[in-house]
Amino acid sequence: MTTLTPDAAAPAVPDTISFSRLVRVEFRKSWDTRASFWLLFAIGAIVLIAELIAAIVTGVQDVDDVQFGTFATVAGFISQLLLPVLGIMLVTSEWSQRSAMVTFSLEPRRSLVVQAKMVVGLVWTALTVLFALVMGALFNLLYGAIAGHVDWSGGAGVTGFIITQTIAMLLGFALAALLLNTPAAIVIYFAYLFALPTILAIGSALMDWFKSFAEWINFSDAQNHLYDGFWNMTGSEWGKLIVSGCIWFLLPLAIGLRRILRAEVK
Amino acid sequence: MIKVEGLTRVYGSYTAVDDVSFECQPGRVTGFLGPNGAGKSTTMRVMVGLTPPTKGNATINGKHFHDIPNPGRTVGVLLDASAQHGGRTGREILTLGAMTMGLPMSRVDEMLHLVSLTPSEAKRRVKNYSLGMKQRLGIAHALLGDPEVLILDEPANGLDPAGIRWMRGLLKSYADKGGTVLLSSHLLHEVELIADEMILIGKGKIVAQGDRKTLMAHAGPAETLVTSLDNDALARALQGKDIAVTPAGDGLRVACEPVEVGRTAVEHHIVLSDLRSGDGGLEELFLQLTADTAREADLSTPNGAIA
Repeated sequence: MTTLTPDAAAPAVPDTISFSRLVRVEFRKSWDTRASFWLLFAIGAIVLIAELIAAIVTGVQDVDDVQFGTFATVAGFISQLLLPVLGIMLVTSEWSQRSAMVTFSLEPRRSLVVQAKMVVGLVWTALTVLFALVMGALFNLLYGAIAGHVDWSGGAGVTGFIITQTIAMLLGFALAALLLNTPAAIVIYFAYLFALPTILAIGSALMDWFKSFAEWINFSDAQNHLYDGFWNMTGSEWGKLIVSGCIWFLLPLAIGLRRILRAEVK
Repeated sequence: MIKVEGLTRVYGSYTAVDDVSFECQPGRVTGFLGPNGAGKSTTMRVMVGLTPPTKGNATINGKHFHDIPNPGRTVGVLLDASAQHGGRTGREILTLGAMTMGLPMSRVDEMLHLVSLTPSEAKRRVKNYSLGMKQRLGIAHALLGDPEVLILDEPANGLDPAGIRWMRGLLKSYADKGGTVLLSSHLLHEVELIADEMILIGKGKIVAQGDRKTLMAHAGPAETLVTSLDNDALARALQGKDIAVTPAGDGLRVACEPVEVGRTAVEHHIVLSDLRSGDGGLEELFLQLTADTAREADLSTPNGAIA
């Protein structure tokens, strides 16, 4: 190839773009703007503050059954609010800022770009979970030092915590792929998280037949059993988890992916 | 080389691009001209796979864009300089591009230098850039992978006159080194100076294409603008040869080739101070060709339309 611009120091033969390179690029994109940096910072800071409050409250009230799992649960409640926002922003920022045009003209295999974004979401989820667990362990030790005994049980809760956090992030990701719009995806996620269980509960209270039906579509309830250890879950609990997961995660993700792969990028 | 064959793109009942075919050759700058909404951008977007065509296809070096491995190394694209995350710095945007294409980071500095973005400007966030700066950044991004083919949509938009001149030089030398350049514009003067080949499009259809000479041959009867020290005498002399003369500004508009005016002036010993081909230029042709497609309905078409 002739050198058309000065000092092209690049290798002569264009190679294909490897998936790991796409992941590295998408990872960099996930923190290189002010908005994304502060979101990540906020996740860490809020998890830390929540753990601190939990330690103080349990310490002051002299609660007996404080264990490692308690801190993981506290962190989990916070990060299940914020990790989906991260998942959403990974996808939608390309559309709201229109940089998808540039991204897809450098890598037209759009599904690889989406997969790389999902890997980045999983990496950040893992880092958040790790951070929460390390903080949980530290606060557990701190609490132990105050209370005089350290309880490391609650491991089932920890595995449940890891799985539900991953699901929460992926759910945000799927809704974002479906809607390609940050506010809409966030609103729908919070509606799913807070409004849906209430609506289903009201429905179940009023109609008997609805109760058994609601159990199959209530994804967040179905996930609660994970906190008791997935190895303890019954067939029916697994069934409800999978069915509701298909409705809330796989379906929007499939439709969203189809849309991203086919849509005209403006 | 870019090849577009029978390209059609329909949105509902609206046909944005209607059976468009053309080629862009290496070593040449091809200008893609048309009024707003003529289908230039849609055609370019189909070329780089951002818009699926309804019919027909566009290939670059014989391949569809999707089948080009690491396309940034073959095709430099600038479709919309504003389509960047405003929260990133100029340098960060080029860094991401260089990472994606697998280029050394030194390339980022080279490109910033090439488009004259200073280190302090490169550190600013793109949302604080002027349109001209965004345009320079976009050109830097397109050139990053040292591509053989450049596809630029309205690259001169927002550039100051010095910037436009700089860009002309850049694209010209790029084509001279064997690159293929396609640039679109709705401003004829921007393109006419550098394009070796021009494609005129209106309402999704190509209305004329070719080099300047070919297009001018379509522009109707020759016309010359002349100013002399004795316009009255020159006018009488020309009218004596049955050539129509009308006053135009300080001089005359004459319905013949410049050479005929020159000859007449020599014969009558009249000193000319200005003599040029008064073709109304391509501008007249451009307006004329796109008259029935333009938004302004009352454009006169004195010389008859050309299909």
